[in-house]
Amino acid sequence: MSKYSMFRLLREGLTGNRGWGQAWRSPTPKAAYDAIVVGGGGHGLATAYYLAKNHGITNVAVIEKGWLGGGNTGRNTTVIRSNYFYPESAALYDFSVRLYEGLSQDLNYNVMFSQRGMLMLAHSEPEMEMAARQCNAMRLNGLDAELLDRDQVRRLAPVLNFRDDARYPVHGGVIQPRGGTGRHDAVAWGYARAADALGIDIIQNCEVLDFITEAGRCVGVTTSLGDIRGGVLGAAVAGHSSVLAQLGGYDLPITSYALQAFVSEPLKPVLDTVVLSPATGTYVSQSDKGGLVIGGGLDRVPSYGQNGNMPVQETVLGGLAEMMPALAKVKLLRHWGGIVDVTPDSSPIIGPSGVEGLYLNCGWGTGGFKAIPAGGYFLAHLMANGAHHEISRPFDLTRFETGMLVDESAASGIPH
Amino acid sequence: MQVFTCPFCGPRNETEFHFVAEAGKVRPDTTQPISDAEWATYLHTQRNEKGPVREVWMHTTCAELFVMQRDSVTMAVLGTQALRKDGS
Ligand SMILES: Cc1cc2nc3c(=O)[nH]c(=O)nc-3n(C[C@H](O)[C@H](O)[C@H](O)COP(=O)(O)OP(=O)(O)OC[C@H]3O[C@@H](n4cnc5c(N)ncnc54)[C@H](O)[C@@H]3O)c2cc1C
Ligand SMILES: [Zn+2]
Repeated sequence: MSKYSMFRLLREGLTGNRGWGQAWRSPTPKAAYDAIVVGGGGHGLATAYYLAKNHGITNVAVIEKGWLGGGNTGRNTTVIRSNYFYPESAALYDFSVRLYEGLSQDLNYNVMFSQRGMLMLAHSEPEMEMAARQCNAMRLNGLDAELLDRDQVRRLAPVLNFRDDARYPVHGGVIQPRGGTGRHDAVAWGYARAADALGIDIIQNCEVLDFITEAGRCVGVTTSLGDIRGGVLGAAVAGHSSVLAQLGGYDLPITSYALQAFVSEPLKPVLDTVVLSPATGTYVSQSDKGGLVIGGGLDRVPSYGQNGNMPVQETVLGGLAEMMPALAKVKLLRHWGGIVDVTPDSSPIIGPSGVEGLYLNCGWGTGGFKAIPAGGYFLAHLMANGAHHEISRPFDLTRFETGMLVDESAASGIPH
Repeated sequence: MQVFTCPFCGPRNETEFHFVAEAGKVRPDTTQPISDAEWATYLHTQRNEKGPVREVWMHTTCAELFVMQRDSVTMAVLGTQALRKDGS
C-alpha cells in the first residue's frame, strides 16, 4: 500500500494526480480461504482488517453482493456516540468510539471523525430529571457527559427553537462532547484499503446464494461466482441477516425495516454539533459541505424495499421545522432509505449462529455505523478464537433464551 | 401515502393501521411445561421474509385485527382478510 501523506498529496497535485493507483485490488476468488466474511459493509470490512491485524489471519475473503458500503454503511447519517445507559452497551460502544479516535492514523485514511458533540434535548422538567439520570448513568459507565440547562443549550445551538410558543420548549439537555460525525464512505474504503494491503481479497459483485454444510459444520458458501470454501465464516449483512439465516438454517429475532434520511441544500454554518429531539425523534447535523443531514425514527412497516414512507417523512421533517423553525423553508437535496435489522432489545447480536463454524455480527438496527470498529474487532476475535471477547459476550444470541436482554430502547430512550 | 383495505371498513389511509405480528405463530400450551428455548422462539424468533409475507395487522380506527398479504420488497398489498372465518 502506498502511504497517503501531505508529501504525497503535494507530489500528486503537482504531477496531475496520475500516480495515485488503485486503493484495493479486484481479485478473482480462490477456491478456499482460511476465513470468509459475508458482507462488504463497514462491519464486514473491519472484521477482515482485524482478522489480519490482530490475529495474523490474512488468507481471508470478503464477499459482497454489490459494491463496498452500498448497504447501510453508505446510507447512514454518520453519527458516532456511546451515550448508552447500561454498562454492557457503554463498554461496547465506547470501545468503538475509542477506536474511531485513532482510526484515521491506524488506517492511513482520513475518516473525518469530527467530535463536535452529541446533544440530546429535554423538553420538560420531567425530561430534565431523566436527562440527569442518563447523564449520571453515563458517568458511572466512565463516559463523558454533561447536563446542560436552557441557557447553555442556547449558547451551543442558537438555531434551536427558543420561542415562547414552542410546541416542544427546550429545557436543557445532555451532551456527550466526544460524540460527533464521521465520513461513512471513508470508513468502508479505509478499512477496505488497509485490509487489502494486508493481503485480504475483497470480492465485489458476488452474492452468497447458500451455505455449504458438512457434518453440521459450515465449510463455505455457494456464490454467484461459484463455491468458495472457508475454515471459519462470519456474516455481517445487516438488513439481510434473516435472508442468510434462512439459507443457513438458524433462527434470528430480527425484523427488517426501512430507515430514511435526508440531506438539504448546502447552507452557511448554522449548527456545529449533533442535536436530537426525543419528542419527534428527529436529529440533525451539518456536513462539511453545508448540507443538513437529517434522520429520524424507523418506518412503521417491516420492509426490504430501500425507499421511504410518507408518514414517517412528515414526522421527521415536521420535527425539524419544530426544532429549528428558521430552517423550515430549506430545500431538500436528496432523500433515501436503508434496510436496518432491528432486534427486540435494540442491541446487536455478536456471537455463534448456532451452526458450527459460522459467526454473526448483526442486529445493529439504526445505530451500527458508530459501532463498525468494535463490531469488526469482536467478530474477528470470535472467528479467530472460537470464543467471545468479554465485551461482546453479553450480546450473544443466547440472551433471548436466558432473558438477559440489554434493553437499550427502554433504558436510554434511543429510537433504534 | 399508501392505501390499505380493512376487511371491515374498506380502503383507508395507511396511517390508520398498525403492524401487529407475523401470521401463523401459535402460543405454546402454557398449562404444560415449556423449555426456555421454545418460549424464546415463540417470543422473539421472526421469519422476516423478503418477498411475499402474511401478517396480522390492526385497523386502529375500528380496532379489528385482520390478516394482510404484502410484498415486503415492493410494498404492494396483495390481499386482506378477516381473522374470523365466519366473517361475523
Ligand atoms: C438512513 C440511515 C441512517 C443511519 N444513521 C446512523 C447513524 O447516524 N449512526 C449510526 O451509528 N448508525 C446509523 N445507521 C445504521 C448503520 O448504517 C448500520 O447499522 C451499519 O451501517 C451496518 O453496517 P453493516 O456493515 O453491518 O451493514 P451494511 O453496510 O448494510 O453492509 C452489509 C452488506 O452485506 C451485503 N450483503 C447482503 N446480503 C448478501 C449476500 N447474500 N451476499 C453477499 N453480500 C450480501 C450488502 O450488499 C451490504 O453491502 C443508519 C442507517 C440508515 C439506513
Ligand atoms: Zn376497520
